[in-house]
Amino acid sequence: MAKIELKNLAHSYKPNPSQPSDYALKPMNMTWEQGGAYALLGPSGCGKTTLLNIVSGLVKPSQGQIFFDGQDVTALPTEKLNIAQVFQFPVIYDTMTVYQNLAFPLKNRHVPASAIDARVKEVAKMLDLERDLGRKARGLTADMKQKISLGRGLVRADVGAILFDEPLTVIDPHMKWQLRAQLKRVHEQSNVTMVYVTHDQTEALTIADKVIVMYDGEVVQIGTPQELFERPAHTFVGYFIGSPGMNVIAAEVAGDVARIGQHQITLNRAVTAPAGAKKIELGIRPEFITLNGAADGIPVKVKRVEDTGRFQIARVELEGMPLAVIMPEDARIDGDVARLSVDKKHLHVYADGHLVEG
Amino acid sequence: MDKPIDNRAWFLALPVVLIVAFNAIVPLMTVVNYSVQDTFGNNEFFWNGIGWFQELLDPTTDLGGRFFDSLGRNALFSAIILAIEVPLGVLVGLCMPKKGPGVAFTLVVMALPLLVPWNVVGTIWQIFAREDIGLLGWIVNHLGIDYNYTLGPLSAWITIVTMDVWHWTSLIALLSYAGLRSIPDAYYQAAKIDGASRFAVFMTIELPKLRRVLLIGVLLRFMDSFMIYTEPFVVTGGGPGNSTTILSIDLVKLALGQFDLGSAAAMSIVYNLIILAACWLFYTVMTNVDADRDATRVEA
Amino acid sequence: MAVELENVGLTVRGAVHIHPTSLRLERGTINVLLGATLSGKTTLMRLLAGLDQPSSGRVTYDGRDMTRVPVRKRNVAMVYQQFINYPALSVYENIASPLRVQGVAKAEIETKVARAASLLRLEPYLQRTPLELSGGQQQRTAIARALVKGADLVLLDEPLANLDYKLREELRAELPRIFGESGAVFVYATTEPSEALLLGGNTATLHEGRVTQYGRTVDVYRHPHDRITAEVFSDPPMNFVDLNLDGSHAHLPNGQNIPQIGTLQGLASGSYVVGFRPNHVAVTNRPGLVPIAGKTAVSEITGSESFIHVDVGGFRWIALEAGVYELNPGTDLTIYLDPARFFVFDGNGRLVRAPQSEGGR
Repeated sequence: MAKIELKNLAHSYKPNPSQPSDYALKPMNMTWEQGGAYALLGPSGCGKTTLLNIVSGLVKPSQGQIFFDGQDVTALPTEKLNIAQVFQFPVIYDTMTVYQNLAFPLKNRHVPASAIDARVKEVAKMLDLERDLGRKARGLTADMKQKISLGRGLVRADVGAILFDEPLTVIDPHMKWQLRAQLKRVHEQSNVTMVYVTHDQTEALTIADKVIVMYDGEVVQIGTPQELFERPAHTFVGYFIGSPGMNVIAAEVAGDVARIGQHQITLNRAVTAPAGAKKIELGIRPEFITLNGAADGIPVKVKRVEDTGRFQIARVELEGMPLAVIMPEDARIDGDVARLSVDKKHLHVYADGHLVEG
Repeated sequence: MDKPIDNRAWFLALPVVLIVAFNAIVPLMTVVNYSVQDTFGNNEFFWNGIGWFQELLDPTTDLGGRFFDSLGRNALFSAIILAIEVPLGVLVGLCMPKKGPGVAFTLVVMALPLLVPWNVVGTIWQIFAREDIGLLGWIVNHLGIDYNYTLGPLSAWITIVTMDVWHWTSLIALLSYAGLRSIPDAYYQAAKIDGASRFAVFMTIELPKLRRVLLIGVLLRFMDSFMIYTEPFVVTGGGPGNSTTILSIDLVKLALGQFDLGSAAAMSIVYNLIILAACWLFYTVMTNVDADRDATRVEA
Repeated sequence: MAVELENVGLTVRGAVHIHPTSLRLERGTINVLLGATLSGKTTLMRLLAGLDQPSSGRVTYDGRDMTRVPVRKRNVAMVYQQFINYPALSVYENIASPLRVQGVAKAEIETKVARAASLLRLEPYLQRTPLELSGGQQQRTAIARALVKGADLVLLDEPLANLDYKLREELRAELPRIFGESGAVFVYATTEPSEALLLGGNTATLHEGRVTQYGRTVDVYRHPHDRITAEVFSDPPMNFVDLNLDGSHAHLPNGQNIPQIGTLQGLASGSYVVGFRPNHVAVTNRPGLVPIAGKTAVSEITGSESFIHVDVGGFRWIALEAGVYELNPGTDLTIYLDPARFFVFDGNGRLVRAPQSEGGR
């Protein structure tokens, strides 16, 4: 069990970094509370894997420190850190049974056999692996193997944090639902700190209490799933979270009036853009736009409608700018023109990509 | 379902058929022919049926005794070199650098012995191990150890075993190295996290992953050591006495030294069958390992 | 051109890999093979391409029997899950490579590569080598190479599986347009139902080496002929429950009764299996819904929606509700089902009734 703190942490793969672009990870400060579930979310190359490797002791940071429960562990090697890790591809000990796999970390730490047995059975119960304890690990399915990997972390009483590196990559969609739910339950039961790296927003949002959105080596926003969805601090967060992502439209804003080309929208509050801002944009999620809901809506051109099964995505054009609109599965649009209205509570103003608080 | 059939295609196989016929089937048939006959020279042959085979497989006869002695030496030689080369090769493979400028250098050094022709290897060691002018033999003798491979059977054995180890350990080392390189880093990292000792990492990760590659290595080394001829012939010529006379050397003595074509032919056929049987055994074991893996893959 | 499988089956050493399958794939269509890992998608593709020979049946292209024609002599292109490009060649040369093999004139190569590059938005990268590209760009190069070949049959085996979520989303939206302009027969394997729906076209659902249904993608989604197809074509997984009908009420395994309304209306007495999608399970009441008592197992929140896993009389269901619902595991929860959204299957898993639905433009 551990609280993890990152202080002024940064990393560059170059020996003498001189400019910001040399850094794979730009200086950051963060605290991960004991027992929390955190997700590092971002596209490939955003630095999330570098950060995970630093926490797991595999990569030594170019600057800054890591503290586990207040103790500086920056220089410690992986085996001295009390962490466990679940990898993208299942790592199990082929020749051993499920039981032996789960017992392995304890055996290596010379835990008495009776204590090992009790602990292995407890963890097997948590993971629904009780009936498979006697099976050879080699013949198991990918999702079972990932559960064993997780189990090897959970058996250790001293484990401070479990790190997950895109663990559901090789799992079929149906199995993902079960595994995610199980992971969530295990987290609630075990009270262990979890750090979960992924590029998949659904995984990040459902598993974590706090999601850390990263882009280009920087943390763009830290927040609960709801905060990230409802108040993206940056247009990148709006784009990256949500499927389809937030619509971003170039606009002019004066007081509580936003002007998009010849159209005008009244905001629910007056907004003052910071002086010298080069680019003012409006952000609105597809979920908060309605087509043909109000007679005074802005006319838009309907390009096409995609059916995702659960809902439909209407691709429309406003002043030549593409917008996505989410419609219920039974909704119908007739004709090429629709009237668009927005939920003003969820309409945000961005200056040079950053949210303008109103 | 109408697969195009053109019988002229058979002509394409003709060159292969001819080559195989001339270099394998015809000589083999000659040997089979010799093995059921006896000759006293003058190119006169007498029918002997399975007489040679009976004598050969009966350890109480001269021929049989000699055959089983040589076979025993062969088995001993193969067992010793496998027992040394496989663990040593794996150990070397484990020690070879995984990255950096050392990789290319190590690979070249390791490949060197494999590139030396057999008879040159024999000659090198014949000179190197001589107690009078050979560096190795001279040093060992000056350390007070009695070592002379032309007089002492033990010295002779040590020499040919050391020579084979020098020549072929690289092969196992390179195979293991390739096998080890294919293990993803995540496995090592997981083992570190699980607190596994270096030995546990070897037993639980490296050895299981090396299983297939080592089977191939053992097969190659077994067959090759069982058929070895040139190097020990150059170094010891089968001596001192008969102490290093293995089957291949014995066979040459019998056929070309004594011109006992019949018994030599019978011996070579039995020798051949033993190697074939060993190959079949290895093949079966290896395909079973594969089938095991395939079954795993389908389940996974 | 149409590619047709006639009773094509594959049996290897006694194990059936593909059960006899008949499919007709028309020119200019996208055909999605949807199924879990090892359901036979790749095997079916290999049979279509001629990389494997079927143990029974015929493969025809435009009515010509191609069953025994090796893949080299067929005009097919393939894109794999791994990004396969020539690492030493520039993107331009990568795309041009099949044309060079065909001995196409230089000027024609230039126009064709330029077209494919613009279709896949690769123009800025033509002079780079694949190693200098992102995963999405590398895979677009591989797709461009498959398109430029002018193949009759283009096979894509989970081409987006190794890409980032967002990139996948973007390419998914572009692919139908790219395919539509080419005119070949496209076959696209995926494990993800949402991908099949976004690509549109036709879908064949696969389960354990058997094509369970083939038809227009939306039709298969809205009218699965059997329970297995419904299961394969649902993400989040469809919820199921055994029901006993007595003519007026449906009896659930947990002892609760609900009136025989919605798609259950008028069904003969007997046992049925009912399936309904998670997005049709609500945690707040609306008119026309029937309440069911259950227990929360886990609730997952995405910020805009909540996935609530509920235990109801030995069945585990998932409810998908817009909004944020933080529910503690083990607490009692009343959920609301919409009987008008029930898929009803008989004891053999065959579809008896499907919900009516409309939508679109």
